[in-house]
Amino acid sequence: MNPPDPAALRRRKANFAERHFDRLLVAPAITVLLLIGVFPLVYLLMVSFQQITMSEENRAFAGLLNYSRLFTDTRFWESVLHTLFIGAIALPLELLLGLAMAQLLLDKLPGRQVFVALLVLPTVISPIVSGATWALLFDNRFGPINQMIGWVVGHPVTILWTVKPDLVYPAILLCEVWQWTPFMFLLLLAALSNVDKSQLEAAAIDGAGFWRTFFRIVLPAIRPVLAIAILIRALDLFRVFDIIWALTKGGPGTMTETVSVFNYTQGFQQFETSYTAAASLVIVIILSVVIMVALRRMRIDR
Amino acid sequence: MIPRRRLGVLVARYVAAVALVLAFLFPVYWLFMTSLKTADEIFSFPPTWWPASLQFGNFMVLFKDGDAGAVWNSFVLATSSTVLAMILGTMCAYALARFRTGGEHLSNWILSQRMIPPIAVVFPIFLLYAWLGLVDTFTGLILLYTAFNLPYVIWMMNGYVRDIPLELEESALVDGCTRWQVLWKVVFPMARSGLVATAIFTFVFAWNDFIFALVLSRTEVTTYTVQVTHYFGGQSNFWTKIAAMSVLGTLPVFVAVTFMQRWLVRGISMGAVKG
Repeated sequence: MNPPDPAALRRRKANFAERHFDRLLVAPAITVLLLIGVFPLVYLLMVSFQQITMSEENRAFAGLLNYSRLFTDTRFWESVLHTLFIGAIALPLELLLGLAMAQLLLDKLPGRQVFVALLVLPTVISPIVSGATWALLFDNRFGPINQMIGWVVGHPVTILWTVKPDLVYPAILLCEVWQWTPFMFLLLLAALSNVDKSQLEAAAIDGAGFWRTFFRIVLPAIRPVLAIAILIRALDLFRVFDIIWALTKGGPGTMTETVSVFNYTQGFQQFETSYTAAASLVIVIILSVVIMVALRRMRIDR
Repeated sequence: MIPRRRLGVLVARYVAAVALVLAFLFPVYWLFMTSLKTADEIFSFPPTWWPASLQFGNFMVLFKDGDAGAVWNSFVLATSSTVLAMILGTMCAYALARFRTGGEHLSNWILSQRMIPPIAVVFPIFLLYAWLGLVDTFTGLILLYTAFNLPYVIWMMNGYVRDIPLELEESALVDGCTRWQVLWKVVFPMARSGLVATAIFTFVFAWNDFIFALVLSRTEVTTYTVQVTHYFGGQSNFWTKIAAMSVLGTLPVFVAVTFMQRWLVRGISMGAVKG
């Protein structure tokens, strides 16, 4: 048999690349995602049924032991509550404040572009840096926040913002809301600018007031953007870690421990490998359900 | 002439806008000012709102001690992972947009990958990396950031590719280009601004990451975000270094974002708002 003609071989290769063009394009990305995105979940599942800790590597099948422990672990459920609490306060605040700011800067105003460009900056700072910045601001002696409070009350104060149980949450929330309100503001400003002007004019001619116009025309128009913004922020808030790590490390005690902080401490400080795996998996499952429901709802809306 | 009442409203809005900017930028101002103060001034009471003398000693110390290398590590990690994610992601996005490869299920699956909390995946990845010897290596973190950013790149570039008129690609095919040539010679150049915008966001995500770097670096690939937390002490914090390192890490992001105002909205809303 003759050796294959090189030109024909090249043609055949080219044909293959051409025929499977789309799959070849998708393959590398999917491979990376499977390796880094899916493999870990499978591995988590496996480890969560074992009994691995720092001191012993017991790989025997332990059944649902870690899960039953998790479901009775008040520290874990409290961390879920803390996370939800932060989200339940921060999200509406960011939304309303962002909306008000967007409304304020919606119409023409000298220097409007500059205002927008400046207001956006907090959102692009690394959350760990914003946490550190606010730790600096909240410093009991050398921070400007206590200094300003001192001006108001007339004598110097040394409030321990990140230590006192009734002040840690306000401190965390202030940092969180400061960083992410600009995000809401930017998205809502874009959404408000896209509202049909002729409808607004028609409403004005009909004598509709601000609130009536807002609820009847503006709100329905910006609803899709609102939904996306809430979804993105809700998911981010559920994983909040950096600012808490910088401000309180979950303290005092475990008072501000969120799900992510709980997981980090269990996995990397107490080395409860199998137990952390179970906790991670429960979180992923809860979130997956939420995401699926949210994505489906949004598709119906569209 | 503007009626009195409308002028009043304009002035009120203007005052409110200025007040908002001042309030939101005050923490940034304080961080930057702290980085320019001496340690003595930072630990003086009451706090000063303007440094007694502007000096860059805090930055100099970071460079002299080699701590500033952490910023370089962040840069290497963010740049390499961005390039990788952009190449793999854009190829994938093109196939999804034009050939509907894998249908809606594949696109939804890819998007859902973006939403898994890092804390849940970082743990098994740490175990995997420990096994493969990838902890505290550039390869390990680059691979992780690439994977983390891929869904975002695919999602965004999908939108940008759809914005390109199909006729251009068709006429290139008629002219005898292969599909690969169409991709390189028509699609990539046409999607240029989208590519740049997406790349900058991808870069910022990797640059600002903390938790992955915290878990997967020890000494070799410490990023600037992890380095900042090294200055937190039990009793007192090294504010000079915290502030200076934070400024080194934050300034590049501010510059990048200012240059790309136009794409900001589309970028941070994951393409939901065209801006």
